[in-house]
Amino acid sequence: MVIEIRRYHRDQDSPSTFVQYKVDPEKTLLDNLITLKEEVDPTLTFSRGCRSGVCGSCALRVNGEERLACMTRVQEGDRVEPLSVLTVIRDLVVERESSLETLDRGGAFLMDPQEIPLSEEDERLIERQSDCILCESCFSSCPVYETNPHFLGPFTLTRVYRYLVDKREGEKRGHIDRIVENGIWDCTLCGRCGEVCPMGIDPKNDILLLQSWASRYGYSNPQMASFGSYGLEF
Amino acid sequence: MIWDLIVVGSGVAGLSAAIRGRELGRRVVVVAKGYPTQAQTAMAQGGMNAPLSPGDSPERYEEDTLKAGKGIGEREAVHLLAHRSIEAIQWLERLGMPFSRHGNRIAQRRLGGVPVARACYAQDYTGLKLLHTLYDHARKRGVHFLNNHFLLSCIVEGGEARGVTLLDIGEGSVRQLLGSAVVVATGGYAGIYGKFSTNSHGMVGDGIAAVLRAGAKLRDMEFVQFHPTALVQNSLLISEAARGAGGKIINGDGERFVDELTTRDRLARAIYEQLEMGKKVYLDITHLGEDFILSELPQEYRLARLHGGVDPLKEPIPIRPVAHYTMGGIEVDLELRSSIPNLFGVGEVASTGVHGANRLGGNSLMEGVVFGRRAGERASEVEGSGGEREYEETERDRHLIETLLARSGEGESIYREMGEVQELLYRKGGIVREEGELDGALAKVRQCQEELPSKGIGDGSRLYNTDLVAFLEYRNMLDVAEAALTAMKGRRESRGAHYRRDYPEEDRDFQAHSTLWKDNGVLYLDFKRVS
Repeated sequence: MVIEIRRYHRDQDSPSTFVQYKVDPEKTLLDNLITLKEEVDPTLTFSRGCRSGVCGSCALRVNGEERLACMTRVQEGDRVEPLSVLTVIRDLVVERESSLETLDRGGAFLMDPQEIPLSEEDERLIERQSDCILCESCFSSCPVYETNPHFLGPFTLTRVYRYLVDKREGEKRGHIDRIVENGIWDCTLCGRCGEVCPMGIDPKNDILLLQSWASRYGYSNPQMASFGSYGLEF
Repeated sequence: MIWDLIVVGSGVAGLSAAIRGRELGRRVVVVAKGYPTQAQTAMAQGGMNAPLSPGDSPERYEEDTLKAGKGIGEREAVHLLAHRSIEAIQWLERLGMPFSRHGNRIAQRRLGGVPVARACYAQDYTGLKLLHTLYDHARKRGVHFLNNHFLLSCIVEGGEARGVTLLDIGEGSVRQLLGSAVVVATGGYAGIYGKFSTNSHGMVGDGIAAVLRAGAKLRDMEFVQFHPTALVQNSLLISEAARGAGGKIINGDGERFVDELTTRDRLARAIYEQLEMGKKVYLDITHLGEDFILSELPQEYRLARLHGGVDPLKEPIPIRPVAHYTMGGIEVDLELRSSIPNLFGVGEVASTGVHGANRLGGNSLMEGVVFGRRAGERASEVEGSGGEREYEETERDRHLIETLLARSGEGESIYREMGEVQELLYRKGGIVREEGELDGALAKVRQCQEELPSKGIGDGSRLYNTDLVAFLEYRNMLDVAEAALTAMKGRRESRGAHYRRDYPEEDRDFQAHSTLWKDNGVLYLDFKRVS
């Protein structure tokens, strides 16, 4: 079985090329990458960690779809590429510092913790959102970055939602204030992020819920407002 | 600049130390080999112990932990762990840790070896959620992160730690980081067993190797916990829950040969003996039914299908015992101080003596929080005195990296030999040990150490060179393996996770900690009676 891997090194004459490799269909994509590195080409560069889908290191794209290499079986003719949107450092390794900075801008933490006991229902409200492994698949899939590089992005907004609705959070407005600019109103609600999440999280839905929270605090969708002032004339 | 606190490692222990440092107003930098949330901590599933249930108490927790430690657990350290565990849970609550709930209380589950439900958990993702909660809070507190940096050496001057030297993986250059105190929290060394380990990639004891080279002492390196039921194909573990629910361990002839609910070390040995006889061993859960498997063991079901290529609903899962957790590490006292002043060790990388000869399930994450915070506090009290200049270690490591890069393509690749050494460690320094075999393994490891300069890397690029990192990890792996094998050989008895076929009984004369250190490149071993 043969697959293609996009190789990239900034110092080479043609920095980006697809190279074909023979792989074992019985192994995961990650195990194949490891074998290729150890036995075929030691320069092949990728990230890896737990091999069980909880550390987020090995996220990449297969035929344009975001995947964890450790949880993916290979298919004939697969095209393997690094995550999109993020800057490629080398081969399948991307730079993640700047995307992680959205966590600070968005305020993804408990701002004013209260000593309130959580019930089973309270915990369930944040259970799925707190499964996030920060693999950044959602970030890579998000079309908003084509037009707005300052967008807070799906994983940060899901995380903000997770702390906002945490019953122990005493400062709800503080969260809303930080996500109205380059945040919840900029999302196109296309839903790609939810489709590619390996943990089954749906950031689009969390963003919709954040929008309704924002309305409760007096914010309105600026795009709807401009539409309203003209649109209602018809 | 000179930092107040350098924390190397971003798992539960490292982040807990870093956060405590920030709470005390110190300037803190955390160094991660990859990105912080890729730490081994994410793999911990079971839970973290705290005596919250009615009828449970810190005293009972203390006794259970000491009992598992088989006579060489350090009572003072265990006392501290047990008595600080409840406030640690309360602290995590204030950070927003999403523990699972039962009614309005934090839910707790029973783990092996403990008669009460003591482990707080967050579904099967306890470590993952703990790690991310700590990471979010560390960012909030203004901890500075230095990602994609590999620990090379500890800088020691006048007998005191001054900082560390690091390989900037992205740039392929060596830099030094100076600090008043250094906290090493790089995790355990079960990864020296390579594919015979449940651990995340690269858990070879980088911190242990670095401090050993710097002259610090190690302790109890012979104690490695093997998990009895991991997938044969890639050593991912199948949780104890599968056996707790009635899963059967059978050999290739379909025979049961062991009580499935016995302790981890006994079960691992029984399974290993079957494998040595050339039999295959399986975990059979087919009789538990589809509904139960899909609702109670969904992760196991998914992993067995994907990696093991078997359908656990219809056929038994091929398993073997593999290295899971290491009790030994950098020798530290109750204040997490190593034998080098201003150098601290905490978490799986360190040996406080809290686990003794075997670790109780649910104690590693709690150790990381309780002792991590304590290490951050003690390290914050250090007033540094070193100057801001380039140290000898930095120059030496720069020379090492430049030489390796310049010679790329010349030496023999390490990968095949590394795989052979890992398998040798599993066979000779693994679940069952004996003198002659340990001698053989030690001789092989020392030969590999001597021949390392003739080996080389195949990738000469400076840019994010993971081939270079693998070489450096292999060097660490050999140093750590030498120390562990030496301690295994020296302990002529069986105790807890350490089993000697030639000395199968516990021996009171060995109610002692092994201590290892290097002087002029020579490794020394001594035993110290438990206090």
